[in-house]
Amino acid sequence: MRSEDTQTPMRIGLLADLHANREAVEACLEALHDAGCTRHVFLGDLVGYGADPAWVVEFVREQVSRGALAVVGNHDAATATGTGGAMHEQADAAIAWTRTQLDRDQLDFLAALPLSVTDEERLYVHANAWAPAEWAYVRNPLAAARSLAATDARLTFCGHVHEPALYHARPGGSGYFAPKPGVPIPLSGARQWLAIPGSCGQPRDHNPAAACAWFDGTTSQLTFLRVPYDHERAAAKIRAAGLPEAFAARLGEGA
Amino acid sequence: MPIELHAGLRIGDYTLLEPLHEGGMATLWRVSHAQETFPLLAKLPHVGRGEAVSRVVSFEVERMIMPGLTGPFVPRFVASGETADQPWLVMELILGTTLEPLLAQAPLAAERVAGLGALAALALDDLHRQHVVHLDIKPGNLLLHADAAGDERIVLLDFGLAHHAHLPDLLAEQFDEPMGTAPYMAPEQVLGVRSDPRSDLFALGVTLYYLATGQTPFGAPTSTSGLKRRLYRDPVPPRMVQPAMPRWLQEIILRCLEVDPDNRYPTAAQLAFDLQHPEQVVLSARAERSERGGVIDTTRRWLRGFRLDAEELRARRAQAEPHPPLIVVAIDLKQGDPALDAALLDVTRRLVQTAPGARLACVTVLRTARIGLDSNIDLEGRNRHVKRLLALRHWARPLGLGEHQITFHVLESADVADAIIDYARSNAIDHIVMGARGMTGVRRLLGSVSARVVAEANCTATVVRAARNSPPPVTPRYTTEPTDDPVA
Repeated sequence: MRSEDTQTPMRIGLLADLHANREAVEACLEALHDAGCTRHVFLGDLVGYGADPAWVVEFVREQVSRGALAVVGNHDAATATGTGGAMHEQADAAIAWTRTQLDRDQLDFLAALPLSVTDEERLYVHANAWAPAEWAYVRNPLAAARSLAATDARLTFCGHVHEPALYHARPGGSGYFAPKPGVPIPLSGARQWLAIPGSCGQPRDHNPAAACAWFDGTTSQLTFLRVPYDHERAAAKIRAAGLPEAFAARLGEGA
Repeated sequence: MPIELHAGLRIGDYTLLEPLHEGGMATLWRVSHAQETFPLLAKLPHVGRGEAVSRVVSFEVERMIMPGLTGPFVPRFVASGETADQPWLVMELILGTTLEPLLAQAPLAAERVAGLGALAALALDDLHRQHVVHLDIKPGNLLLHADAAGDERIVLLDFGLAHHAHLPDLLAEQFDEPMGTAPYMAPEQVLGVRSDPRSDLFALGVTLYYLATGQTPFGAPTSTSGLKRRLYRDPVPPRMVQPAMPRWLQEIILRCLEVDPDNRYPTAAQLAFDLQHPEQVVLSARAERSERGGVIDTTRRWLRGFRLDAEELRARRAQAEPHPPLIVVAIDLKQGDPALDAALLDVTRRLVQTAPGARLACVTVLRTARIGLDSNIDLEGRNRHVKRLLALRHWARPLGLGEHQITFHVLESADVADAIIDYARSNAIDHIVMGARGMTGVRRLLGSVSARVVAEANCTATVVRAARNSPPPVTPRYTTEPTDDPVA
């Protein structure tokens, strides 16, 4: 690790799997703003499942125009190309509906999103580092070790998996850690780390609060957050849009 | 190749001044900084070929854990970094000496051992409340420091083997062999469990045994099988080594050295409490033990030792009450309100019952006109003291608590609120329960004791009122009460 006194302060807000959930995104952004974040990275799956795809895509596009980074997720790619079939039936139906909600520019924005972005020592990618376009999940230490071995970046931030997780490289594999929200974790400079902030717009770890994280580039500390938001309002919008009831119900269960 | 350390060398914004200590794992230097407001120390681990990987990871662990630690019982973290492949960590330089030199003077007097043990246990309690288990408690890592007022405290050093419940455990993920200092390691630590704060109580027990007898209870084994012997082989009871040792100290030390963590003190605060109140220590068979377990005992435990399983110990710990509280109930023996008494008993019972392992201290304050003048050495004073102890026991009888769960204390002070607040602070109390004083003339004259305790105590405080259907009659009294009117 370099000496930590010479860096300028830099706090990066990390949001993954926003899934067209405006209420969750707004709540997370407020929490990240309170934490002092001045830059944001969107780790893919801006759309799918939720009722506010146009608002979320427009917001991210505006952020990107001002220097934020964003990568493409499988739901974004499917929406941009109109090719479903890769996911289960209900998700495909949501993709078709989402296409009707976005204008040409917004679809083009999704189509143009990169699979991964490297910024200094940090790699941002939706699914994994070894084959980003194939969308395999990092669900366990074995997959995390495979992803870490596929990149030179010290830090990998990804999404796709909706449960928050932190992996670190060690000889012969990787170690898993279930992060505790609100506790800053110093990411030691001597090793590689892979962090999954958890899903902002569709948490699935039986906690309905929206998930996000922020990274302090000066101290190399990562803090996971859980942010309560009005998930009942988000669910009501899903029902009003005529999307599958399960998409609405799972927001309240966080499952 | 690592850089050569010399005075004047810059690491980050710090300049090396003079070497303070050359250890087996790291070199300590006094360093300076342009804006320093307190003395600074840099820890520079040995790097390069020949250094064990575990030591490199160990320093990484220390750099991860130290920045999050706060309070008077740990050195303040300042900065860390790496200069030309030489990692470093700068922290506050705390004046004092570790307990290690004291080993040359062992055996020490029981009171001194208990005093040092209580200071160490209070420091550990603070660390454990920060979700950290030290896992390398030994005399060399306990620094005795006296502040400007002359008050002693122990500061914990070296977090290279520590476990933080809210941070990834790099050591557990990477190494299978037990890590620790052989003479001091707890049995579960030998089995690879790194998450139990009671492991530190075992290591502190070894430290106290050593200070009180001049010998270590388990020798200094160098193999894993040698380390595992402590799972089934009893230590020689310390009174066999040092017959002058009082029974209460043997009781405390052997309770710390129990193989099963569930049989030790549940928290460092409870250990500190016993070390500070020897007269209240309940003596069990441990206090009387005069020989190691025989062949049959040892064989039985050796067999059971094979069944003691790291997974099971972890699971049991995960289900256990994380921090069984020390609760104080402050009782006004003079208030004479049965409804309030009943309410106080009821709240106290619920608090103790909902937290397995909780301990209750029943306290009353004997008001003295001025500190130092009313000595209880005289017969009348002793009588007053004893009468109040009996009254406390009588008050607590309906709770039906076992003698291990409850203690009784008559504090003497000119100021009731001060006495309770000081007592809570010096015993690491978690929760004070007290009754609200009625609207009497005394309250008007003195102000509310409970209000001051709530405002000034450094723990949770509950003020209990009796349930009533109608407000109590107010009987103003303007006569001055006798001075030993206690708590409210």
